[in-house]
This record gives sequence, C-alpha cells and structure tokens, in this order.
Amino acid sequence: MTKAIGLEVSLAIAEAVKQANVDIVAAYPITPQTHIVEELSVYVANGELDAEYVPVESEHTAMSACVGSSAAGARTYTATAAQGLALMHEILYIASGMRLPIVMTVANRALSAPISIWNDHGDIMSERDIGWVQIFAENGQEAYDLTIAAFKIAEDHRVLLPVCVNVDGFILTHMIEPVLFIDQKKIDAFLPPFKPAMTLNPDKPVTMGPVGVPEVYMESRKQCEEAIMGSRQVVAEVFSQWGQSFGRDYKLIETNGQPRAKVLFVTMGSQGETTMTAVQDLSESGESVGQVRIRLWRPFPREEFLEAIAGAEELIVIDRALSPGVYNGPVAQEIKALLYEQPQKPKIHNVIAGLGGRDVTVKDFKKMYEMSRKNELDPNYTIWGVRSDA
Amino acid sequence: MSDLAICAWQKLELGTAITSPGNAAELRTGDWKTLRPETDREKCIKCGLCSVYCPEFCISENEEGYYPADLFYCKGCGICANECPKQAISMIMD
Ligand code: SF4
Ligand code: SF4
Repeated sequence: MTKAIGLEVSLAIAEAVKQANVDIVAAYPITPQTHIVEELSVYVANGELDAEYVPVESEHTAMSACVGSSAAGARTYTATAAQGLALMHEILYIASGMRLPIVMTVANRALSAPISIWNDHGDIMSERDIGWVQIFAENGQEAYDLTIAAFKIAEDHRVLLPVCVNVDGFILTHMIEPVLFIDQKKIDAFLPPFKPAMTLNPDKPVTMGPVGVPEVYMESRKQCEEAIMGSRQVVAEVFSQWGQSFGRDYKLIETNGQPRAKVLFVTMGSQGETTMTAVQDLSESGESVGQVRIRLWRPFPREEFLEAIAGAEELIVIDRALSPGVYNGPVAQEIKALLYEQPQKPKIHNVIAGLGGRDVTVKDFKKMYEMSRKNELDPNYTIWGVRSDA
Repeated sequence: MSDLAICAWQKLELGTAITSPGNAAELRTGDWKTLRPETDREKCIKCGLCSVYCPEFCISENEEGYYPADLFYCKGCGICANECPKQAISMIMD
C-alpha cells in the first residue's frame, strides 16, 4: 500500500512532469512563475530527468520554444500564470492551430491592475478560445494525476492538441497536501513514449504553420474545431483508464451532495472543496442541496452537464472571474447559453466570488444558499462580499 | 496541405502543414485583381524591366521576345505599368 506524502503541490506537479519523462521544459523562471519549473530545473541539473531545460527571456518565448520543440517531435512541457499566460496569448493559438500536443500547467492567478499575485480565474478565462483542451484540478492529488493524464490526452492521435491543466494559484500551488505518488513502472505502462504524427525531418520535408489564404483558413479552423470537439471522448476514456490503473476515477463533470437536489452549486477548481463542506453540512440539516463540479472546461461537456443538473430548480453558479460589461461571469454565460435550448430551465444565480485571492469560506457558501432560498440573491449576478457604502 | 491546396477540411494535413513543397504554385492568385496589364507592342522595346519589377515573378519572355504577364498569378498591382520606361503597359479593367 502506497503512503501519501505531504508535499507542496507545485513540487508534486514537477514530480508528475518528471515521471511523464518530458524531453523539453521551456519556461520563464521569474514572477509570476511557481516552484514547478524551478524544481524541474533542479531535476535536469542533477541528472534525474534527461531533458533539455530552456530558461527563456519571456513567456512569449517560452511558448514559442515549446512550439518548436513539439514540432520537432519532443514531449514538451511548460508552466505559467497570470501575466505570464497573457504574454503567451499569441502563441497559444499557434500551438493549437499547428496541432502540437504541448502540456502546460496554469497556476490560475488574477491579472493586474492593480498588481495581484493571488488566485482567481481571470487569466485562463481570457484564454477560453485558444483551442486548447482545458482541465481544472481541485486538489493536490488531482493536480498530480491530471498532469500525467494530460500528456496521454494531448498525444492521442485522435486529439493532437495542447492541453492545459489549471490549478488555483497559491491555494493549491503553494499548499502542502498529501499526495499518493505512483510507481514509475506503472506510469510508463500508462503513458508510452510520444509518437508524433508529423515531425520536422529533412528526409520528409514539411512546412508547418504556413500562410492560410482565405481559401484555406476556414477549413483549417474547422479541422481544429473537430479535433477539440472529438477530444471530449478521449478525455473521458483516459480518465476511465486512469481509474482502472490507479483506482482514482475522474469524470468530466463531478457531482456530490443530495442526488437530484433542488439547489445545486456549480463550481470549478479548488473552491469546489470548500463548497463540498458547505453542501455536506446543509444536507445533514435536511436541505435539498448538491454540487456540480466542472472538471473539463474545454471542450465543454454539454451532455454530462445537462445530465448532472437534470431536475434541479435552481443553480448557484460560482465564477472566479469577472467578464466586465456583460452582467455574468464566464461560467454562468456558458451555462445560460446552453440552457436556452432546453425545455426545462432551472433558475440561475451567478455569484462572482474570490477575485484576486479574496477568501471564500464555508460560511459564505451557506449564506449564498440561505439568500437564494429567501430570494435575496440578485436574479442576475452578485459580486460577492464587495464592500460598499450604498 | 495535400497535393491540391484547395480541398475539404478532412483532407487538409494535420495543422494545415504543407507536405508537397512548392504547392503554393497551385494557388490562383490571379483572381485577386481588378485591373490587368496589357502591353502595347508598338511601344515595347523588349527591355524586360517589367519582369524584374513584378513582385509576383509572373512576367517572362516569350518566343517573340515580348514580356507578357501570366494572368493565373498576376495580382494586378500595376507596378510593371509604372516602371515601364516606354509607358507600353496600361492597366485595364479585368
Ligand atoms: S500588374 Fe503587378 S503582378 Fe501583374 S504583371 Fe504587373 S507587376 Fe506583375
Ligand atoms: S518594361 Fe515596358 S518596354 Fe520593357 S519589356 Fe516591359 S513592357 Fe516592354
């Protein structure tokens, strides 16, 4: 029986990347970076990981180096956060457009101004349309597991798209959590060496990333759209293989609390664990309440989500990002758009909470529930806990 | 891109890569133009300057020594007409 080891989650992720046996790590090592790439540089320097470590001069270059190395057929990894992710923006589209299975950890943090290094989902919500598979981890174990699984998803020849694993900055990345590490042999059996579908090879010349004239560009975009839509099935398959191999089952959409509850919280990321405690307490005192956790954000698993909320009368959708000027946070927008076509629609309250590292506690979730029962939550959206003179 | 650059999305190479070098030659850029060059053979002195200046490299010498544009590629920019020392080229509606 393996024993759980208490470790900072960033270091657990670095261990996962090492065990995935990557060939290249390209990263910008300064703020807003986490300990993930620092630890990987130590592994490479100590000869524990046989990889090239490329310490570049910016995140824009980090992602550019990743594009080049993945195109050359190397298993490629990087990590970033907040402004760093924003600086990569341009190249993120190139990675998916060129169908390169890069894996990246995003330690979700708030975007400036004002300067913030704390957690929210503003960084990744600005990157919703980059064409990457986007997964959210809830705790340290998930961060470790999903990082390894991400390589298998990305490199599946039915997918061949970059995958980003989101972990809440500080709340997860800098927290010491118990993590069960998997034996290297078992990981090697689960994740065979990367077999690129196309590489830069002088014997068989190809041009990658050429001009797409108007006669070609739309077909090219359609190809990427089909690939990401099709990846949903592969993500589900890889998650279930993970369950069979290592005993921890992951679903695209997770549920807990009272089955077929009247009121459901919808969460994404580490906040889900706090909500879970609130849901448990409320359930124990007889309330009909449950929770839906979105693990796969892109592609959005519509069917699984609809199945998870079937019969609910009310959803309290928590957003950890603001989408200025459109009334709802990004997750609520998504869900409202999806429900428009459905004959049965639950009432939706959108609560925007925990921006820039503001704590959201069990008490807060209970209060949200109470207010929703008394019809005191804004029917549209509420920015939770914001101090006001009004 | 597959041998034919213009194809269904299913036939595009992964990531729209080009696997047959030089296949841009199959792309008709000639249909971008509004005006096309026409040479007045009375005025032309066969100096070939137009072919040097053409950014599409689509002007080449024919057997009679004149320099006609290949209209499959000519984008109608008018540079040849502008550079011709004898004003032998006029741009006319395509
Ligand atoms: S119009 Fe422009 S493209 Fe056409 S032949 Fe003249 S220089 Fe070349
Ligand atoms: S530049 Fe003018 S004169 Fe010279 S070859 Fe061309 S058309 Fe003739």
